[in-house]
Amino acid sequence: MTQRLPPTDVVVVGLGWTGSILSLELARAGLRVVAIERGPWRDTPTDFPTTTAPDELRYGIRNDLFVRPAQETLTFRNNLNETALPIRNWGSFLPGNGVGGAGVHWNGHTWRWHPWDFTNRSSTIERYGESALPADNMMQDWGITYDELEASYDRFEYTCGIAGKAGNLKGQIQPGGNPFEGPRQRDYPTPPMQMPYVPTLFGTAAANLGWHPFPNPSANMSQAYTNPYGCKLAPCTYCGFCERFGCGNYSKASPQTCVLPALIREPDFEARTDCQVTKVNLSNDGKRATGVTYVDTQGQEWEQPADIVLLCAYQLFNVRLLLLSGIGKPYDPATGEGTVGRNYAYQVTGGVTGFFSGTQNFNPFVASGSAGIVADDFNDDNFDHEGLGFVGGASIACVPTNGRPISNRPVPPDTPRWGSAWKRATHDTYNRTASLGIQGSVMPYRGSYLDLDPTYHDTHGLPLLRMTFDFHDNERKLGSFALDRCEEAMHAMGANQLRRSERTGPYSIVPYQSTHNTGGAIMGADPTTSVVNKYCQSWDVPNVFISGACLFPMNAGFNPTGTVGALAYWAADAIRDRYLKAPGPLVPV
Amino acid sequence: MPPYAPDRRQLLAATALIALTAQGRTPAKARSVHGALPWSAHEAYPPTRVSPGGWLFFTADEAATIEAMANRLIPADDLGPGGGEAGCAVFLDRQLMGPYGSSAWLYMQGPFAKGTPQQGLQDEYPPATRYRAALDAIAAHCREHFDGRLFHALSPQDQDALLTAIDSGRSGITGLDEKGFFEMLLQNMMEGYFADPIYGGNRDMAGWKLVGFPGTRYDYREMLARPNQPYNEPPVGLTGRPAWNGSPA
Repeated sequence: MTQRLPPTDVVVVGLGWTGSILSLELARAGLRVVAIERGPWRDTPTDFPTTTAPDELRYGIRNDLFVRPAQETLTFRNNLNETALPIRNWGSFLPGNGVGGAGVHWNGHTWRWHPWDFTNRSSTIERYGESALPADNMMQDWGITYDELEASYDRFEYTCGIAGKAGNLKGQIQPGGNPFEGPRQRDYPTPPMQMPYVPTLFGTAAANLGWHPFPNPSANMSQAYTNPYGCKLAPCTYCGFCERFGCGNYSKASPQTCVLPALIREPDFEARTDCQVTKVNLSNDGKRATGVTYVDTQGQEWEQPADIVLLCAYQLFNVRLLLLSGIGKPYDPATGEGTVGRNYAYQVTGGVTGFFSGTQNFNPFVASGSAGIVADDFNDDNFDHEGLGFVGGASIACVPTNGRPISNRPVPPDTPRWGSAWKRATHDTYNRTASLGIQGSVMPYRGSYLDLDPTYHDTHGLPLLRMTFDFHDNERKLGSFALDRCEEAMHAMGANQLRRSERTGPYSIVPYQSTHNTGGAIMGADPTTSVVNKYCQSWDVPNVFISGACLFPMNAGFNPTGTVGALAYWAADAIRDRYLKAPGPLVPV
Repeated sequence: MPPYAPDRRQLLAATALIALTAQGRTPAKARSVHGALPWSAHEAYPPTRVSPGGWLFFTADEAATIEAMANRLIPADDLGPGGGEAGCAVFLDRQLMGPYGSSAWLYMQGPFAKGTPQQGLQDEYPPATRYRAALDAIAAHCREHFDGRLFHALSPQDQDALLTAIDSGRSGITGLDEKGFFEMLLQNMMEGYFADPIYGGNRDMAGWKLVGFPGTRYDYREMLARPNQPYNEPPVGLTGRPAWNGSPA
């Protein structure tokens, strides 16, 4: 039997980056906030102290920090003609779990997306004409512009203490920064990180090719930093255990280091962990959320009434919760109608590994999740696409994140996978190998979407989410184009042998590619083609607000967290400054 | 099978709920956190250190076969010990007794179907079951084709030939999922050779010495001022170095 709890003002589903930011901003606005988190409480000294954090097997291979598929997973198929099967073990992407969410185990690349991203459809048509749009695309503008989000990007960067160099200050291009970024009102809060050796080789090579290399904007600290909430971070030690790991040094911006110490002191905030929200409850007419239902570890079901419901889970699980709750009309790929689940997108990844001769000491273990050099010259619409046959692009990055040897011991092409020759090659090449990686945009397509699976269920008996996705020619072309550029740069860096890692064939959920899943609950200006309005507010149920990368109508050639964080601040402002004054739709339908 | 076994943190959460109910803060059976960051000494949970000696999962013959395979996949040479000598079989034995061996953390509900290669792992049986079946099949094959001898009693040349045949899917061993087994074995042996020694493999940090990985030192800032220079400190594991415990380095 479901037990009903006393009501609260705001209930937050998921206590990661966006859940903690929204909780703190709204608690400080005087609201009572209850955050409900599927996974455990996690803290630096108890869960990732320096004495246990650097454990590749446990965290990098066995996935200790991620949600266990036994608890929640999804099913996958490449296209509508296949039967989806469950993702039984994570591969292509690694959804987080527990307090802090993916903000615990990210690498910290913190981008402002280009102004072009937010107007991708209209800008493409304006520059190249309608015929440049790929077949079956569902590209659409976001209903919000970069300029509107600029102040929110700034707030997230200052919460995190991002280390970087401005490339465009109030319209003035700054030497040493990214000349392709949108105009910013002020520089990053901390200077760029000191570079390990290999990125400096790339920086020189890229400049010689006429590109515009600059330091990756990093949530790993270049120096001690105290953020506006009074939370303190320490300098990064380049330990080489960043992505997939918690940071034992308080050197990586995360909800744990940047928000929770302040949030937990708010007297009207409470976090409930190990509780899975199974449904957003609606009024009889379906136009108002009355709270959420969740299940604790004993299987007991609880109802938490609330005036405002914030969906702050990971992209996939926000979309699943909308579908389970009956909020919005599910997207139907046959008709193109419906909104929830549409515009699922991903990223094109790949890279070029260079093998160097002679005595080198690249020391790949001297690494930070974000310390590296990036070229943005071939990303999004930063270059002329005339005659190339694709839209979008990729960032090219030299960010050596680790030398962890279970997974990172490259050998030259044609080396056997085992035996004496393998062992000799592994010994010889570990310390003289460099890599460049691409992160490419993916446009939305009619057949790429999320819905509920008809066959497979979770432990509560609820349908799993179903993903239907494959890459299209547009994305293969842009990936190939970007990898050609990587080969040019790697030759210029002095490598004498190259291995190109290019995704060919259908999209596979097996090899790790990117935990940058996007879309499914997208924002927009039209309620027939988007789930939320520009204030991240549900068109259908106006006291439900949604955060995270599920809002993105397409995916860019950048990591999503900067935009995810900016939209959280943007939504917090909208709720506090607009919605509380006049509860109801913030954009007329 | 149990759909979702609670881990230690959830048991802690279950403990916490009693205290919370007593305080009257919340009636919910969940961990409630408010007012201050929850922290108590020694709450971190390190992995259990593997003690060598004895086999928990493998029979003596199975263990000898895995050790022999480890020594062919990662042979002993002037660069360091072989995989068997470095403890890869001990590592695997202990892994198969834990959540990895039983796929306890994975989604293992049916129905099971083969699926496409892009849909990944769809095997109904966890690694422990698959190892047992594969080692049985290989043992039967060896007895029949090598005068009753098991894999570990074969010459290194015969061992290499058989592993090569399995790797390329043409061993003809009855009842063996060649590709599935070989990929799992190769991955697990590399894990054993390169994982922290706390898990029973990588003995004397042989794997880390092979490539020059310094382990869990956690602070390399000094190297930023010495680009492309060798790093000369010896490796350190989660339990330190032998020298710190009274043994020679």
